[in-house]
Amino acid sequence: MTAQTCPRQHQRTTMEIASLEPSLYTVKAVFILDNDGNRLLSKYYDKELYPSMKEQKNFEKNVFNKTHKADTDEIAFVEGMTIVYKCSIDLFFYVVGSSQENELMLMAVLNCLFESLGQILRKNVERRCLLDNLDGVFLVVDEIIDGGVILESDPQQVIQKVNYRADENPLSEQSVAQHITDKLAMTSNIMQSAKEQIKWSILK
Amino acid sequence: MIKKFDKKDEESGSGSNPFQHLEKSAVLQEARIFNETPINPRRCLHILTKIIYLLNQGEHFGTMEATEAFFAMTRLFQSNDQTLRRMCYLTIKEMANISEDVIIVTSSLTKDMTGKEDVYRGPAIRALCRITDTTMLQAIERYMKQAIVDKVPSVSSSALVSSLHMVKMSYDVVKRWVNEAQEAASSDNIMVQYHALGLLYHLRKNDRLAVSKMLNKFTKSGLKSPFAYCMLIRIASKLLEETEAGHDSPLFDFIESCLRNKHEMVVYEAASAIVHMPNCTARELAPAVSVLQLFCSSPKAALRYAAVRTLNKVAMKHPSAVTACNLDLENLITDSNRSIATLAITTLLKTGSESSVDRLMKQISSFVSEISDEFKVVVVQAISALCQKYPRKHSVMMNFLSNMLRDDGGFEYKRAIVDCIISIIEENPESKETGLAHLCEFIEDCEHTVLATKILHLLGKEGPRTPSPSKYIRFIFNRVVLESEAVRAAAVSALAKFGAQNDDLLPSVLVLMQRCMMDSDDEVRDRATFYMNVLQQKQKALNAAYIFNVRLCLSVSVPGLEKSLHQYTLEPTEKPFDMKSVPLANTPITEQKTEFAPVATSKLPEKPGPTRQDIYQEQLAAIPEFQGLGSLFKTSEAVQLTEAETEYVVRCVKHTFARHMVFQFDCTNTLNDQLLQKVMVQMEPSEAYEVLHYVPAANLPYSQPGSCYSLVRLPEDDPTAVSCTFSCTLKYLVKDCDPNTGEPDDDGYDDEYVLEDLEVTVADHIQKVLKPNFAAAWDEVGDDFEKEETFALASVRTLDEAVGNIISFLGMQPCERSDKVPENKNSHILFLAGVFRGGHDVLVRSRLALADGVTMQVTVRSSDETVVDIILASVG
Repeated sequence: MTAQTCPRQHQRTTMEIASLEPSLYTVKAVFILDNDGNRLLSKYYDKELYPSMKEQKNFEKNVFNKTHKADTDEIAFVEGMTIVYKCSIDLFFYVVGSSQENELMLMAVLNCLFESLGQILRKNVERRCLLDNLDGVFLVVDEIIDGGVILESDPQQVIQKVNYRADENPLSEQSVAQHITDKLAMTSNIMQSAKEQIKWSILK
Repeated sequence: MIKKFDKKDEESGSGSNPFQHLEKSAVLQEARIFNETPINPRRCLHILTKIIYLLNQGEHFGTMEATEAFFAMTRLFQSNDQTLRRMCYLTIKEMANISEDVIIVTSSLTKDMTGKEDVYRGPAIRALCRITDTTMLQAIERYMKQAIVDKVPSVSSSALVSSLHMVKMSYDVVKRWVNEAQEAASSDNIMVQYHALGLLYHLRKNDRLAVSKMLNKFTKSGLKSPFAYCMLIRIASKLLEETEAGHDSPLFDFIESCLRNKHEMVVYEAASAIVHMPNCTARELAPAVSVLQLFCSSPKAALRYAAVRTLNKVAMKHPSAVTACNLDLENLITDSNRSIATLAITTLLKTGSESSVDRLMKQISSFVSEISDEFKVVVVQAISALCQKYPRKHSVMMNFLSNMLRDDGGFEYKRAIVDCIISIIEENPESKETGLAHLCEFIEDCEHTVLATKILHLLGKEGPRTPSPSKYIRFIFNRVVLESEAVRAAAVSALAKFGAQNDDLLPSVLVLMQRCMMDSDDEVRDRATFYMNVLQQKQKALNAAYIFNVRLCLSVSVPGLEKSLHQYTLEPTEKPFDMKSVPLANTPITEQKTEFAPVATSKLPEKPGPTRQDIYQEQLAAIPEFQGLGSLFKTSEAVQLTEAETEYVVRCVKHTFARHMVFQFDCTNTLNDQLLQKVMVQMEPSEAYEVLHYVPAANLPYSQPGSCYSLVRLPEDDPTAVSCTFSCTLKYLVKDCDPNTGEPDDDGYDDEYVLEDLEVTVADHIQKVLKPNFAAAWDEVGDDFEKEETFALASVRTLDEAVGNIISFLGMQPCERSDKVPENKNSHILFLAGVFRGGHDVLVRSRLALADGVTMQVTVRSSDETVVDIILASVG
C-alpha cells in the first residue's frame, strides 16, 4: 500500500520548487498534437500545473489555437508559460517551460525530440508514421526527459539508447502473409489426407 | 483482433488514427495473450503501446483492472525482445500510481539494473526508483551507489536523476550518496556532469558554505556541459543575492566571464542573470546588454524572443541602458513572430525619448490594422504607459487613440482604449474636453453596454465641471432615447448629476427627467422618479448624499455586508440595521498601469475574490477568544518586529475592532535544531490600553510560520488616546531537536527574545474611503464639528514630501487626485477622506504653502466631535 502512495507524493513535492530556484526541473510539459489539435502524446511533469485532464486538454487547445496558424513562429507565450514548438507536415511538437526558463534550453529539448523522431521514423515525420511507431516515440520521449529533468539532449545518443527500428513491413502485411502460409499449409494438409484416402480406397 | 482493425484502418485511408476507437475493455481483453507461451513480442508490444496510449489520453483505469493487466505484464520479462522490455519499464512507470503491489517487479528490475545489458540498466533504474519507497530504498542503496559512479553514462545519469527525484522523499538516504555524486561530477560525459551538479546542489542548498565551496571548485575546473554552466550561473547569482556580496566578488566575475562562452545558451543565461541582479550599475549592465543586442538579429526566433524579453526587463529599471538597442528593436517590430514584435514595441515605448514618440506612433499606426486584437490591447497599454511618462504628448496620443476607437475591434480592445483615454483625462486636466468629446462620439455608436455605462458615469462625474456642460446633455439624452435599459438607467443617473451641479441647467434637466419617468423599464423609471424628487428639493446636502457620493455601493465590502445582514436576520431586534457596522472595503490602491504583462497573454483580470481583510476576518472569527468583538474594522499592513536574518522572524498585523484591537504575530523559526512551543508575545502598553488575552501558538517547528495573538481593549474613558507604544517580548519553550528528522528532545526550557517596539497610531483607527466628489461630501458632513488649526512643518522641504507624510500619517484616502502636486507650484490643497473606528465619516482639507518650510492649515470635519479632536490632537 505504501509503495503506491509514496511515489505520487514525492513527485508532487519535488515539483514545487520555485522557478527562480536553481533546479534541474526545466521542462513542465511536452506534447504532440495532430493538425486538428488532437492529443497524440502528452506528458506533464509538474503536477501542480494543470492537475486535471480537463485543464490539460484546455491548455493544449489554447496553445494549439494560438500557434497552428503561423508556421514560421517557433516560440510563444501562453497562459504565463513559455512554449517552444515546431510543426512537421500534420504534426505539432510542443515543449513547455516556466516564463523564467532559459528559452534556449527548451529549444535544445525540442530540437532533440524532433531530430530523434526524424531518425526513427526515417524522415517521415508525419502523423500516420508516428502512430505506426508510437512505441518508439514513447521511448524517445522517455529518454529525453525524465520527470521534467533533461536526461539527454543529443539525438544520436537518444537513438543509440532507444535502439528502436521502425517497422520495415508493418504488422498488417506480415500477418496477412502469415495467414496465407497458414492457409497454404492447411490446404496441403487436406490434399495430403485426400491423397491418402484415395490411395487406401484403391488399395482396397 | 489486430488484423481486423488494421484492415478497417486501411479502408478509411491514411489520415485516420489506428488508436482512435480503442476500447479499454477490448484492450484489456487482448492483454490476456501476455500469458500465452511462447510470448509473441510483436503483438504484446502493440498491446502495451495501446495501454500506454489510453492512459495518455486520460482514460481511467480502475485499480482492479490495472492490477490485473500489470500482473499479466510482469510475465513479459521472460522475453528478451529489447523494445518489449523497454515498453514494460514505461508501463511500470505509468501504472505505478494506479495498480496495486507494483513492488512485485522489484527483483526483475534489480536484476536488469545490475545485469550485463547496458541498454536495460539505465531505464530499469528509473523504473525501479519510481516504485520504491524509503524503506525499500535502503535495500537497493548499494546498487544505487554503484550505479551513480558507473562508467556507462546512461546508467550514471539515470541513477543521478532518480536520486534527485527521491531527495524530497528520502533525503537522509540520498544524502549518503554525496561522495558518489561528487565523483560523477568529474565525469567526462556532459549530461552526467549536469545531473551530478544538480543533485549535489539539491543536497547542499541549505548549507551556504558548502554551496560556495562547490561553486568555487566547479568554476575553476571548468565544466564541459552548457547545461551545467547554466545551472552554475543560477546557483552563483542566487548566492550573490543571498550574501549581498558586492559585484567585485569572484562569483560576479564568473558570471561575466560566461558572457564569452561559446554556447549561446550559456551566454544568454549569464546575460539574463546579470540583468536580474538587484542594484546593477549601468556599467555592469553594458556587456550583458550588448550581448542581447547581438541576439536581436539572430535568425533563430527563440533567441530573438529571449533577447527582447530580457531587454524588456532591463527597460523597466534602466531604460537608458537599452537605448543603444533601439535600432535593432525597431527592426523587430515587423518580426513575423507576434510575441517578438509585441515585446519589441513595448520595450521601445519604454525606452524611446520624447522626441521619438511621434515617429513611433506613426510606425505603430502603419501596422496596427494588420495585427490581432490581443496584440492591439498590448500596444494600447504601452501607449497608456507612455502617456504617463510624457504627459505633454497627450494630444498626439489622444488623436491616435480616437482613430483606433473608430476602427473595428472587439470588446477587450475597445475597453483598453477607453480606459487609456480615461486615464489621460484624469492625468491631464487640459485634455479633458477633447477626451470627453471623443468618448461622446464613441457612445453614439457603441454596442458594448459595459463601456457605454462606464463612459456615461464618467460624463456625469466630469461633465458638470467643464466650462460648457450643456453640450454633453444632448449626447446623454440620445442614449435615453436609443439604448437598452442598462444604458438608459446610467444615462438618467448622469443627467441627475448635471442637474444637481448646474443651477442654470436644472430646469431643462427636470424636463428631461419628466420624460424618463415614462420609460418602459422599471429601473429607469425608478431612478428618474427618485432623482426628480431629490432635485426638486434644491438642497445641497441631499444632492451630495443621494446623487454624488452614494455610500452604500461605494465603500462597504460586499462579503462583509452579506455577513452583517445574515447576522442581523439571525437575531431578531427592534433596532434598524446599522449600515455603520458593516466593515468597509479597502480602497484599491491606484497603481495599475505601471507594469504590464510582457506579452499579449489572454490572462483575465483578477477575479474580485475576497479581499485580504475578509480573509483575516474569517481567520479571526475561528478563534474562540475573539468572539463577540464585532466585525473587523481595519487591518493594517504587516510591520517587521525583528531585523532580517535573525534567529526568529516576527511580523505583526494590527486588526482594529470597534472597541478592541487584535495583534497578530506571524512568527518563523529559522533555527533547524530547535522546536519552539507555547509561543506568545508579551506586550507592555505605555498608555491605558489593557491586554485582555494572549493566544499562544502551540508549536513552531523550523521554517513553518505560525501565528500567536494578543487581544487588547482600547481605553473607553479616554477616547482621544489613539496612539500607544507597546514593548514586546517573545516568550516560548525551547526544545532542542535533530536538524534532520525534526525529532525534539523531551525536555525544554523557557526563554525569551526582545522584539522591537510596536506603535499604534491614529492611522490604525481610520479606514480609507474614496469620495469621488469631495466638495459635495464636504457639504454633506457640514460644519457642525469643524475645527481648523495651522501648523509649521519645519523639517519638510517640498510639497510632495509633505503630502506623502500627511497621507501615511493619517492613513486616509486622498480624493480628487489631490495627492499629486503639480510641478512648480508653491501651494497645494490636499483632500482626505476616511471613516473613523465606530463609523464616523472624517474629512480633512489641508492647505499647504511652501516658504522656507511648509506651512499647513488643517481643517477637519466629521459627524462626531471627538473624532475631530483626535485628528487635530494627533497632527499637532
